[in-house]
Amino acid sequence: MSSTIDAPRASSLADLYAIAYQIEVDAVERYAMLADQMEMHNNPALVDIFRDLARAEAIHRDEICRMAGDFDVAAHARQTACWRIGESPESANLGAADYRMSPHHALQMALAAEQRALGFFRGLLADARDPDVKRLATELVGEEAGHVALCLRLLQRYPPPGGGRVAEDPDPPASQD
Amino acid sequence: MNANTVPACRAADYRSEVKPIWCPGCGDYHVLMAFTRAFVALGVRPEQVAVVSGIGCSSRIPAYTNCYGFHGVHGRALAVATGLKIVRPDLTVVVASGDGDGYSIGGNHFLHACRRNVDLTYVVMDNHIYGMTKGQPSPTTEPDFDTALTPGGTGLRPFHPLVIALASGANFVARAFSGNPAETAAIIVEAIRHPGFSFVEVLSPCVTYRPDQRAWKDRVHRAPVDATDDAARAARRVMTDDGFNLGVLYRGSRPAYAPRHDTAVTDSAELEREFEL
Repeated sequence: MSSTIDAPRASSLADLYAIAYQIEVDAVERYAMLADQMEMHNNPALVDIFRDLARAEAIHRDEICRMAGDFDVAAHARQTACWRIGESPESANLGAADYRMSPHHALQMALAAEQRALGFFRGLLADARDPDVKRLATELVGEEAGHVALCLRLLQRYPPPGGGRVAEDPDPPASQD
Repeated sequence: MNANTVPACRAADYRSEVKPIWCPGCGDYHVLMAFTRAFVALGVRPEQVAVVSGIGCSSRIPAYTNCYGFHGVHGRALAVATGLKIVRPDLTVVVASGDGDGYSIGGNHFLHACRRNVDLTYVVMDNHIYGMTKGQPSPTTEPDFDTALTPGGTGLRPFHPLVIALASGANFVARAFSGNPAETAAIIVEAIRHPGFSFVEVLSPCVTYRPDQRAWKDRVHRAPVDATDDAARAARRVMTDDGFNLGVLYRGSRPAYAPRHDTAVTDSAELEREFEL
């Protein structure tokens, strides 16, 4: 099921601010949930990574609000920036989480989310006709490209664990027998 | 405060400070997101909603919301919710359950809740396994699912909750997939708005005891036809589909059960007098 088939359209600068804002709100929510999950499952390295990612997205969200000035971007987002079928592109896939994940896996998850966001804003830029929308879309493409580059740099610091698989659990959950 | 001045709630306003202890990757996280998004879309405030549950992984959900909550007795969530809705019809009552709690221990309540058609929304997170108690087969487990407890599988035909709901009189029947919380939220919104008993089965993978269910995201698809208002036709469709058809499948028009409040005793002092020895 495609996640872009019902993506909201940015026909005005206000719409684009709202979409960009909502994408960041959703990303913050996902990373915060992942951080909480890892905290409850005693994976402290990932708690820090997911909290940092949530903080970074929150900064980006607040920056969008600042750029929008007096315009109530949150209220407009509630009206227009709504994915009714798919998910906003920068949202990490909660279903792919695993309690044995390593920092490498977390960053791969973040990279995939940033790449989806980059592709989404590139699509908006390609479709944009209004010069103001084009200008902001260009800026957002640049931001997301920066985030992709950052994830790639961080991945060099956190190479894949042996075999690229999640860690072995010496005491795995076992069915009752 | 005037209703017009109450600020709109954000999804986060419906979340409590209790951190979920579900396994990472569990579909129930997405269902929690879908609940909060649905409440935002409906514009109901946390104090206007009651989330009632039974026992099991999915039934932990009331603790993770800021709404009124009742984490009840195994299989009895619908009985509690029915009573609550009858005496507090102003509340939006959402019932959360799983396939073990809802279809096995609470199977009888399920039938009669459908039949009574009280204005409730019943969301069952179905992962075809008892996850909390470590992987026993549930009523929806496939007959050949091999476990240490059931070598070679149970050999038993799985329960078909959607058909049972239709046959028993549910007024709204839908199937959703937890991995798509936006669509799940939209279905829950419609289920809550629809009068009478609304049943939403959410396919919600158990990644710990059913890691094969991670592949559900590639199997689900939108139902190729629109919902029908003919229960028999809806039942035929769901009997013959592949189990991964998503969307609203049936919208009925039975009026919701309306209690005769004029004869009910709702004043606690009056009740006390009635039971005085």
